[in-house]
Amino acid sequence: MELIPFLGAALLFGIGLFALVFKRNLIKIAMGLSIIDSGVNLFLIALGYRSNGIAPIFTTAPVSNAQAAATMVLPAPQALTLTSIVIGLAVSALMLSLAVLLFKHYGSADARKIRGLRE
Amino acid sequence: MISFILQHAPALCLATPLLFAFLTPLADKAGSRVRKAFVFLGILLTALTVFTLAQNVILQGARVYTMGASSPALTLPSGMTLPVRIILEIDAFSALMASLALLVAFFAVVYSFRFMKGNSLGKFYSLFFVMLAGLIGLVFTGDLFTLFVFFEILSISSVALVAYWYKRKKSVEAAFKYLLISSVASLCLLFSIGLLYGEYGLLNIAALAASMRLSFVTMVALGLLLAAFSMKAGAAPMHYWLPDAYGEAPTPITVMLGIATLSSLYALLRVLFTLFGSFSLLPVAGWVLICLGVVSMFVGVTMALKQDDIKRLIAYTAVSQAGFIFVGVGVGLATINSPALFSAFGENALKGGLFHLVNHGIYEALLFFSAGAVIYATGKRRLSSLSGLARKMPFTTVFFLVGAMAIAGIPPMNGFASKILIYESVYRFNPLLTVLALVVSVLTAVPFVKAFSSAFLGPEMAEFKKTKEVPMGMLLGMAVLAVIAVLFGLLPGLVVETIIAPAVNALASQAAYVGVVL
Repeated sequence: MELIPFLGAALLFGIGLFALVFKRNLIKIAMGLSIIDSGVNLFLIALGYRSNGIAPIFTTAPVSNAQAAATMVLPAPQALTLTSIVIGLAVSALMLSLAVLLFKHYGSADARKIRGLRE
Repeated sequence: MISFILQHAPALCLATPLLFAFLTPLADKAGSRVRKAFVFLGILLTALTVFTLAQNVILQGARVYTMGASSPALTLPSGMTLPVRIILEIDAFSALMASLALLVAFFAVVYSFRFMKGNSLGKFYSLFFVMLAGLIGLVFTGDLFTLFVFFEILSISSVALVAYWYKRKKSVEAAFKYLLISSVASLCLLFSIGLLYGEYGLLNIAALAASMRLSFVTMVALGLLLAAFSMKAGAAPMHYWLPDAYGEAPTPITVMLGIATLSSLYALLRVLFTLFGSFSLLPVAGWVLICLGVVSMFVGVTMALKQDDIKRLIAYTAVSQAGFIFVGVGVGLATINSPALFSAFGENALKGGLFHLVNHGIYEALLFFSAGAVIYATGKRRLSSLSGLARKMPFTTVFFLVGAMAIAGIPPMNGFASKILIYESVYRFNPLLTVLALVVSVLTAVPFVKAFSSAFLGPEMAEFKKTKEVPMGMLLGMAVLAVIAVLFGLLPGLVVETIIAPAVNALASQAAYVGVVL
């Protein structure tokens, strides 16, 4: 059971990579990137997970340090994931706005038709 | 006051550009003169802080700055055995890299005052300062997750700046490519950080380096880090975004992108030498760098031969020059585990690599500035439509010539000084590599002979009758960089001893880096 989140993360990573490599639509490329991002985030969260653990909040922590270490979910990966989600949002927003601009310029969201730099 | 600034300099180096980034749009409301003065003040303050800190670090050794601790030097608060806070660590290599970045950034700002036209320049300088904060943070950080955050700050702001002229379709296209490659690189980086955290439960580079052991997960993390940073450092075969982004960005940003690429190279070296410095497999990683370097050298220079766009031509030769740096540091890395070989020639190869990194930062900026001056004065960027500019723009011509001689490794320019150091030391490692490097170096002269003769020599064209030399502000940066390029070429021994050797020592001694934190 512990393995399921990691398998999920690997699956998301694979789906995203597939979209990135084989899809030609700019929006789908942006989606692929977003999916990889989710996969990595899931991986980070799964790293710090303890089954039947408790939230890492100071006031609810058990008295002894050993007990706390055994039952509390690790806080650092959660902090990392939060940061990474925010960054991921910025990247998605920027990428989609560039896709919109490209669509305006070229009249298509197909990467094969966007060849201004290859002429 | 001075001692307070010196004590908190690492944090101030990050805080100053961020403060100016968010205040510049406000200054923009008061008109373009106020904005210019404000931006100039910002870059001047940042540069002075960084230079002061760099001088302090080179003279007195590496130092740490613990964020949020009661005293900046307190890396292990209240009896902790492992660092848990965000720690900035600045050693001679980071100091060197940050000084190079600020030197170029300062002149990029001065250059942009005349080069950039338009009304919404507040946004431009805002993004510029954010990019600068990302650069400085990337170079100064002492832990992996902060490295990722600054890497992303740098990527996002530089992508936005590449697309700054969003009404040109090519700019947007280049920005999209650059964003795609940056995001894939930073996701690889984040994934490998996750792997390392899962394996060791640590994020601090020094603490991780101390507890590093050989395992499958660690090897995967090493591979991902190598891929992520070399992608962003523009090593072939993942270089294709580089000429697009360099070519289509506004010229001051092209110059900053060059520095951003070099700072990815910094991150790569930091990870390889410091984080994995105790690995027995480093020679393999060294050979990977050498192979990447050789491929980049050839791909860059052959692609440069057929370019007609002046900025793309320089960008392709930049790929090829980064190959020299890869070869130099690769040889250093391949020999670092055997002290006899390292002191015999590995150290010199590493010195050559880092010296070439600095020189490359300087002459690349010089070349892009002069190419930008040509575009500014004529409005054309195709070599086939330029001719006879030497009579109209004598200063730009001289500066372009200095840069071209430096990049082709012709004495007495700085490019020659660092290349000869690489040739000599690499020859003792593997003579074939030196031969390949020499061939590429000679080939590098070809595109520049073509560019120089078609743009600056030749008959004067009627349409350039009214073309004038570019204004003083733009010439200033080129002049200073050209003087530095010549001086570094004339006094290589002095430069290597004073600024390169401390950086090489800092990079080669992992224990020293770890010792400052733990």
